[in-house]
Amino acid sequence: MSTAAHDPVHADAPQFYCTEEPHPENGTLLGFWIYLMSDCFIFASLFACYAVLGTRYAAGPSPREVFDLPMLAVNTALLLLSSVTFGFAMLEMAKNRRGPTLAWLAVAGALAAGFVALEIREFAHLIAAGAGPDRSAFLSSFFTLVGTHGLHVTVGIVWLATLMAQIARNGLDETNRRRLNCLSLFWHFLDLIWVGVFSFVYLVGVLR
Amino acid sequence: MTPHRSALLHFLLGRLTASAIPYDNPIILWTFVVVATLGAAVLAAITRYRLWGYLWREWFTSIDHKRIGVMYLVLAIVMLLRGFADAIMMRVQQAIAFGANLGYLPPHHYDQIFTAHGSIMIFFVAMPLIVGLMNYVMPMQIGARDVAFPFLNNFSFWMTVAGAVLFMLSLFIGDFARTGWLGYPPISELRQSPGVGVDYYIWGLQIAGVGTLLSGINMVVTILKMRAPGMTLMRMPIFTWTALCSNALIVAAFPILTAALALLAMDRYVGTHFFTSSLGGNVMMYINLIWIWGHPEVYILILPMFGVYSEVVATFSGKRLFGYSSMVYATVAIMILSYLVWLHHFFTMGSGADVNSFFALTTMIISIPTGVKIFNWLFTMYRGRIRYEVPMLWTIGFLFTFTIGGMTGVMLSVAPADFMLHNSLFLVAHFHNVIIGGVVFGAFAAINYWFPKAFGFRLDPFWGKVSFWCWLVGYWVAFTPLYVLGLMGVTRRLSHFTDPRLQIWFEIAAAGSVLIFLGILAFLAQVYVSIRHRDALRDATGDPWDGRTLEWSTSSPPPAYNFAFTPLVHDRDAWTDMKRRGFVRPAGGFKPIHLPNNTSAGVILGALSLGCGFALVWHIGWLAATTFAGIVGVVIANSFDRHRDHHLPAEEVDRVEREYRDRLAARGSAR
Repeated sequence: MSTAAHDPVHADAPQFYCTEEPHPENGTLLGFWIYLMSDCFIFASLFACYAVLGTRYAAGPSPREVFDLPMLAVNTALLLLSSVTFGFAMLEMAKNRRGPTLAWLAVAGALAAGFVALEIREFAHLIAAGAGPDRSAFLSSFFTLVGTHGLHVTVGIVWLATLMAQIARNGLDETNRRRLNCLSLFWHFLDLIWVGVFSFVYLVGVLR
Repeated sequence: MTPHRSALLHFLLGRLTASAIPYDNPIILWTFVVVATLGAAVLAAITRYRLWGYLWREWFTSIDHKRIGVMYLVLAIVMLLRGFADAIMMRVQQAIAFGANLGYLPPHHYDQIFTAHGSIMIFFVAMPLIVGLMNYVMPMQIGARDVAFPFLNNFSFWMTVAGAVLFMLSLFIGDFARTGWLGYPPISELRQSPGVGVDYYIWGLQIAGVGTLLSGINMVVTILKMRAPGMTLMRMPIFTWTALCSNALIVAAFPILTAALALLAMDRYVGTHFFTSSLGGNVMMYINLIWIWGHPEVYILILPMFGVYSEVVATFSGKRLFGYSSMVYATVAIMILSYLVWLHHFFTMGSGADVNSFFALTTMIISIPTGVKIFNWLFTMYRGRIRYEVPMLWTIGFLFTFTIGGMTGVMLSVAPADFMLHNSLFLVAHFHNVIIGGVVFGAFAAINYWFPKAFGFRLDPFWGKVSFWCWLVGYWVAFTPLYVLGLMGVTRRLSHFTDPRLQIWFEIAAAGSVLIFLGILAFLAQVYVSIRHRDALRDATGDPWDGRTLEWSTSSPPPAYNFAFTPLVHDRDAWTDMKRRGFVRPAGGFKPIHLPNNTSAGVILGALSLGCGFALVWHIGWLAATTFAGIVGVVIANSFDRHRDHHLPAEEVDRVEREYRDRLAARGSAR
């Protein structure tokens, strides 16, 4: 290596390091977005399976015979309202009001729990009627796609309860705000998936 | 499983019985004796030298990306020994099992061995190798202090370990899948494989897959968010570029593997009909899904190694990399194209001339950006002042070997030819040609290149060269015969042959595998000799090869915080630029450095996942339920922990940096 004396560029040697501690942006939200996109691939695989296997009734029941559209309307309404109320909670968070935030979160959680309860009821009903996931490839792919979504909602509810406890304990500090933002993304993401399930599985199914 | 078994035992142990332990198989019994003796010796040595506390505090619970990177590499090398033991057993069996001689491995055992060999080599050797290298090198190349989510990094590692342990358990408790490394149905379905083998396979991969996916997200965020000021995307070192593309592929491909394996698990545990041959199931659905993951997977493995070769070629030719931008675009093009070729793994599915033509063309097109890379490396070497250090030897071995492997790949991409070559030994030779010639050679190049960074002394070059020549010659002797046999029409995965004319080729292949074995032994000898002679091989500068990128600007081994001050980047080869323009190491003004705390949560979650996986394999309901509840509980409890970081005092930073400057000054260098 040459020393400073031989090297003309040395005279105006630029700065090679920051003397101030840099604060890289927090990557959590980006990371969570990427996670959601990867989750999207899981749902994409399940939708693809349903697209291929959804008409393989194997002499068993067809969608028209097993889907209960009025219940589906209630179910969907619960989930969409849950998203709206979660949005209200986020608005309250922006105003830094802990009490109303928690209240709206509780409502969102209760609505989602209602959704899961109705789904379990639908599943139990189908299994009791002999239209369980082992009956045909159509029912296998139906149960798995809808069940995976339901499982996600359940995880969301557990996460919501945990986060509510943390907000009650530590208030709406930076950590809890970040976590609430992630959960909010997750919540709306599941809504979006449900719109896909609703249109592609239930509506197309009864039209067949 | 016997009807006499009491309900209590069945509740406690599920379908696990004493007969699950293969006492009657002398090969497994002896393997167990050897493994148990070696394991006991290692554990005894750790206890004897009172290393448990040190290992726990400094390594197992560490969230330092460098420590985690090294642990991934250790895992990969341990699993390489297992995977290679399987390989040499197969080579011996195929060399002797002709005519009346049935060999020493019955088919049901042989089938487990080729399945274990393939899945272990890909998931627990190649993957930990690339994840470990990216973990170790990438954050330092971008001038960062750690990855974006250090805890997640530790957790990812322990999930990978849990998956590997579950695979290893299958050797001694029960058996392993006999399906081939991708677990194709219908043979992987419950009716055809009622034992626990496929379940070990599924849960081992699912657990390790969680780790891989999270690590992929972690690295993408690290590269996008934590680059040093001045390091624009087009100033990133090529290794970091390839790491970005590889991790993007992980994020987009591994969920599909998760889904495919979950559906297979549904078929086996719930009785669904996704891939069964009855009630509407469709086998080809699995095969499509698994290859939509599987083809990107091979590029997940090779892209970071392309990065390694790029760094090595530039450093040891003493030149800037030729065609940086074309290298970046070629990498991105391969990343995208790798998603559009999966069907070439089963042209024989019968999807028609149009579909097959599309996938044949995309497959051929992918060789163009790869060719661009080969020429870039050659042109970097052209008129360079090449130093034939060990990493450079591996790189030249790669250029020669991989190019031929790539050309046989193009041969396979011709759909009509593939109808003849499908599932033949020609295919086996091809993918070993690119995976050994690409991924394994790259891993050895990388280990030889970055070892002095990690440990402060170089690896012994003599044994490194012995290892290289054994591997290179061994590869060609072991796999050229398989090309020949494949062209003769010999199919893969056979444990016995009738035509005696084939035997000589298998004997040559077996001799080649012995050479490769010597290569592995030489590598282990290299590590041992280097540790013994570490004082003679010591590097005080932190920059033993006259490196070009930022990882060489810190001491070797680097301090926990990597850089006392965050670097400012002005050029693609940031460290070369700093050296050329007279960088002077800061001597004062250090500030306290913010670092995350160690955590035991990763180890605990890994152990619980292992317990849960084992319980699911053996249908032990209570254990699965409790370990699962444990996982949820630990995750929730961990989220309440708010004391996750600390500050390293400025005086401590000052002391570490002063020691490094003193070492440099002793050698008469200012940097």
